Amino acid sequence: MSQVAALHTAVDPAESPLTPESWGKLGMWMFLAGDAMSFGALLAGYGALRYGSADWPLPSKVLGVGLTAFMTFLLICSSVTMVLALAAIQRGDQRGLRNFLSLTVLGGVMFLGMQAYEWTHLIHDGLTLTGNPFGATLFGTTFFIITGFHGAHVTGGVIYLSCYLIQALRGRLGQGSANSIEIAALYWHFVDLVWILVFTFVYLL
Amino acid sequence: MTSAHKQPNYIGVFWWLLALTILEVGVIFMPMARLLIAILLVGMAMSKAALVAMYFMHLKFERRTLGLIAIIPLVLCVLLVFALLPDLSATPHRSTEPPQAPATSH
Repeated sequence: MSQVAALHTAVDPAESPLTPESWGKLGMWMFLAGDAMSFGALLAGYGALRYGSADWPLPSKVLGVGLTAFMTFLLICSSVTMVLALAAIQRGDQRGLRNFLSLTVLGGVMFLGMQAYEWTHLIHDGLTLTGNPFGATLFGTTFFIITGFHGAHVTGGVIYLSCYLIQALRGRLGQGSANSIEIAALYWHFVDLVWILVFTFVYLL
Repeated sequence: MTSAHKQPNYIGVFWWLLALTILEVGVIFMPMARLLIAILLVGMAMSKAALVAMYFMHLKFERRTLGLIAIIPLVLCVLLVFALLPDLSATPHRSTEPPQAPATSH
């Protein structure tokens, strides 16, 4: 064995050093790290604008905290069903995979429906991208941009998981596809994680 | 091939997340100083985010370097907040002018 080869015995050249399962998983983590920076920049910008405003309304007085608390609960539930779907495919339980994946997609669709309901009511009350009858105009701008950006991610997640659900219903997802489901699950949990922060910083603080 | 590690107690994590969410909503109605409420809310939100990342995203069972990649965005966001501090120290402004008192006629 050459000296160079002896130094590199721990990692197969074709194997991702951080995620031995697949390169796809490492790719998803890198994407999520970049996406987290986008959300982080939006939330930091929100904080700066709020701190610099003298008439920023108290969000809990303007926004429906009860409804969004329930939306948070829904996303947490959908994260649980997602990990249970992953556990099901890992043990070869096709029925469990179909059921839990369906519940996850349903949770995402219900979340989006509630967000549409919330937006409709707020717009009806006069809160828009460029107008806010409760105080600072930028309150409406930041609210719709941050929740809209997150809603777009949920929509993407619902489409992403629906593709796998269709394959599962057709019986095309075997135990060999567990890694693909794990990667999709990472994305879905990230969407849940970001909402936890959005709920706190935009609705409660 | 997928990670070979013992599956965490997902339902236990769910109950923790639910309890923290209820506490968060409860805290905003408590008669406490705004600063204390803010500290509690941020603490609970970070705990919930950590639970999701560690157990649902299995970060607890991954290699440590992957955890470093995951934590970098948080570090950069804290740096961004410090970068914005000079702007934050400016005097708070109103986005709409308060209504003017009617001019008195002489």
